Amino acid sequence: MESGIVNVAVDISLMTLLGVTAIGIVRSRHLFATAMLSGIYSLISAALFVTLDAVDVAFTEAAVGAGISTVLMLGAMTLTRRTEKHAIKLSVGPFLVTVAIGAALIYGTVDMPPFGSTQAAGFNHIVPDYIEGSRNDIQVPNIVTSILASYRGFDTLGEVAVIFAAGIGVMFLIGRRRRDDEADDEATVGKGEDV
Amino acid sequence: MRHHLILRVVSKLLIPFILLYALYVQFHGDFGPGGGFQAGVIFAAAFVLYALIFGVQAARKAFPDSWLAIMIPLGLLIYAGTGVASLLLGGTFLDYDVLAATPTGGQHLGILLVEFGVGVTVTGVMIAVFFAYAGRTHEIQDDDW
Repeated sequence: MESGIVNVAVDISLMTLLGVTAIGIVRSRHLFATAMLSGIYSLISAALFVTLDAVDVAFTEAAVGAGISTVLMLGAMTLTRRTEKHAIKLSVGPFLVTVAIGAALIYGTVDMPPFGSTQAAGFNHIVPDYIEGSRNDIQVPNIVTSILASYRGFDTLGEVAVIFAAGIGVMFLIGRRRRDDEADDEATVGKGEDV
Repeated sequence: MRHHLILRVVSKLLIPFILLYALYVQFHGDFGPGGGFQAGVIFAAAFVLYALIFGVQAARKAFPDSWLAIMIPLGLLIYAGTGVASLLLGGTFLDYDVLAATPTGGQHLGILLVEFGVGVTVTGVMIAVFFAYAGRTHEIQDDDW
């Protein structure tokens, strides 16, 4: 019973931190602060995933969301201005739409099975076969790996192809600079001008 | 960030361990949390840290562009090649049972190869994207932040 109270306290404090960070992201005009706050948001989400026993997801969120994407945001920020141009005004229409959708989503959770319930519909279709298969046939302790790489190997191949395409796209669009660009830059840097 | 002595010393100490940890996450993914995606990102993060502290030019020297051009397609080829290999050995595409003498051994080998392919491509793409963005600005001054 005591651990239940601790769990609820951890959940409430993490959710509160998430909410506060989100408000901070919305209110901040300074892009550096926004980029750092979105990294913090990812890290808190990763902690939340750990409390849900989804360590693989938490790992990815911490490495990609809090790590690499924050660095990429900062890298993109150095190419542009440091502050947001227009302040967003609070308008009534969008606010009401957001509140209505949020209320509908919360209303939808009432019908959801309790957390970790083995009777949930999602756990009774194909998941028992996966759990049994990973234990007996594949014999890999981490079921996430056996589903990701073996049962759903085709999906993962598609994901890798998407990452490949994204990387190739970025390399072609902004990766290689043209030779005359570089020559121009060297000339201007040589003259000591502010680029 | 040339004058930040503490950052330079600490990051030089940390980078080998970050790389080692990435390899641990890569090859221990069957037993603990992790796998190719996470390992690739962590491996790339070590080079991103190096670039942030010692400059993008130094990082490009440590990890040449020609490696990236090989790694990004190589990972996908390893993944798809595992599927083709299982096809040629008489199974269906990406059915690892036929890769080794026993079906379980084949599954282990297939998962290892596939995860390795994922890790190689993700490492290459993450470093390439970072270099692409960071290479467009000149030396970032501290007061630019």
